[in-house]
Amino acid sequence: MRKFTLLDGLVVPLDRANVDTDAIIPKQFLKSIKRSGFGPNAFDEWRYLDHGEPGMDNSKRPLNPDFVLNQPRYQGAQVLLARENFGCGSSREHAPWALEDYGFRVIIAPSFADIFFNNCFKNGLLPIKLDADKVDALFKAVEANNGYKLKVDLEQQTIALPDGTTYKFDVDAHRKHCLLNGLDDIGLTLQHVDDIKAFEAKHRAAQPWLFA
Amino acid sequence: MSAQTLYDKLWNSHVVQQDADGTALIYIDRQLVHEVTSPQAFEGLKLAHRKPWRTASMLATPDHNVPTTNRSGGISDPISRLQVETLDANCAEFGVTEFGMNDIRQGIVHVIGPEQGATLPGMTVVCGDSHTSTHGAFAALAHGIGTSEVEHVMATQCLVAKKSKAMLVKVEGALHKGVTAKDVALAVVGKIGTAGGTGYAIEFGGSAIRGLSMEGRMTLCNMAIEAGARAGMIAADETTFTYIKGRPFAPQGENWDKAVTYWKTLHSDEGAAFDAVVELDAASIRPQVTWGTSPEMVTSVDGRVPDPASAPDAVKRGDWERALHYMGLQANTPITEIKIDKVFIGSCTNGRIEDMRAAAAVAKGKKVAVNVKLAMVVPGSGLVKAQAEKEGLDKIFIEAGFEWRDPGCSMCLAMNDDRLEPGERCAATSNRNFEGRQGQGGRTHLVSPEMAAAAAIAGHFVDVSKL
Repeated sequence: MRKFTLLDGLVVPLDRANVDTDAIIPKQFLKSIKRSGFGPNAFDEWRYLDHGEPGMDNSKRPLNPDFVLNQPRYQGAQVLLARENFGCGSSREHAPWALEDYGFRVIIAPSFADIFFNNCFKNGLLPIKLDADKVDALFKAVEANNGYKLKVDLEQQTIALPDGTTYKFDVDAHRKHCLLNGLDDIGLTLQHVDDIKAFEAKHRAAQPWLFA
Repeated sequence: MSAQTLYDKLWNSHVVQQDADGTALIYIDRQLVHEVTSPQAFEGLKLAHRKPWRTASMLATPDHNVPTTNRSGGISDPISRLQVETLDANCAEFGVTEFGMNDIRQGIVHVIGPEQGATLPGMTVVCGDSHTSTHGAFAALAHGIGTSEVEHVMATQCLVAKKSKAMLVKVEGALHKGVTAKDVALAVVGKIGTAGGTGYAIEFGGSAIRGLSMEGRMTLCNMAIEAGARAGMIAADETTFTYIKGRPFAPQGENWDKAVTYWKTLHSDEGAAFDAVVELDAASIRPQVTWGTSPEMVTSVDGRVPDPASAPDAVKRGDWERALHYMGLQANTPITEIKIDKVFIGSCTNGRIEDMRAAAAVAKGKKVAVNVKLAMVVPGSGLVKAQAEKEGLDKIFIEAGFEWRDPGCSMCLAMNDDRLEPGERCAATSNRNFEGRQGQGGRTHLVSPEMAAAAAIAGHFVDVSKL
């Protein structure tokens, strides 16, 4: 997994609540057996005017000029600013794969759906929960200022605004450690292989029908 | 020991190891696998030269991409076909039990797990699919995971997790005629919102829940995720044991007795503390219909499409306006005046035998309305299909003008050829009404099987409780 330490990134505002994973990456792209290449189809139904299917040359498709990601001032954005309950719905990890492949490294919202939130950390993406009033203020600031960037420091757990304000954010210690060091969860878990085997033996003795 | 919730009991009995910050390794008893969220996990295992820890804990089936007609002709879309063939090849390579596309036991993972007795009380169950919450109906701790976690569970038999908070959703009283578990689920989502259960594991309790069949309990737990809760669960009781007994993967003989003795402890203790309690009066729940693009955008069949001007805040007002625009609906339209183009009866929410029976009872001797272009019934598994045919339900549907299809996820998410065209309006028994969910530009109204069948006959929504 790609490490995440510091980012000084352009912000794009996606001003709607309950953005679901079907919207982030529509189902037809889930037929892929790969975990890369989903970026051009992130938010496909909002981003393009035609109907997208796997295998199309996305560079030739008509863009929806009204969709925020298509506006010239937000090209190259690495921070996605969103509203409540971002990433709700399906557990498809294709959603964080698509966002990461598009170029996002940080998503800021007042709240996230649990499975999506968890999936982000497995893919070098940092989801940050901030109070709704702070998110609201960021939406206003981004819209008022071209080229609005935020400095995100995972080690310090801070977001620095251009006006000098700094917000602290919470992150689970285990997830922070993995993200800062780009660690693979499986390798870490296998350090407990004896614990797992001991548990399994005890579990098998107590509930043998689970192992029949 | 202090009083424990069902969730406490399930969690505590699976902790392998726990860090000071609460991050734990949880042992997983059952992993269900389908073609969409597993190929990258199997590939990851192979790249790291790892093998599944315990293949006997895995059960696989293709469901999302499979066609629901002309199955003997195979899958025409080459990309879908490759995904299903990849599942077949991975299961063969690693020795994972798979019910292939033409096996009568094939079906939607969340239908076949319980049907086979592969979902049992006291288990931890995971699958790369958010509707894994379904299995909580058996007093199991069950939730959806991402593909990285699918690979993690394959490799280690464990999940890295932190304990959620516990919520009790208590539904007391008797449900009226025509009001089903689906209506209870939608009413709960309408009450607490799609983020109301975020960070929680929900236990459903109360006399109305105890009165539900296992099929109904599965419908309800299935939709816990639509309220934002990764896991939903219901205490085990005689209804649970009766359902499981004799199924292929269920314990037998001495193990059965021993298992039931243990399973009888799988309920929240008297006085156990929950972090949140939500109460609903069963008698006040009416048949539900969603009007928007989120399951929380729901009202009763005798209600009206709401006016965004009455939304509680500016963000919601914007959401409602966008939803009405997408759905092609005017504020204040009575729900019963909304005409539909298609009907979909099936999915992991409502694709079980009881759902087929309920829909058939409404359709019997009637005809699908002329304005309804397609009304399809998609059983949740090959065995559900066979049982329905044994009872003659297929004939009832076909005579009424419904199409009787082969099992799979079908038009719940439209990964196969079953989909809505732009602008088409559908009465669906599935679980999500998101934009584009059933096909780009498609408009979904979530309802119970009875309500969907009644809408197919009338051509618009009608109150089944008054039929």
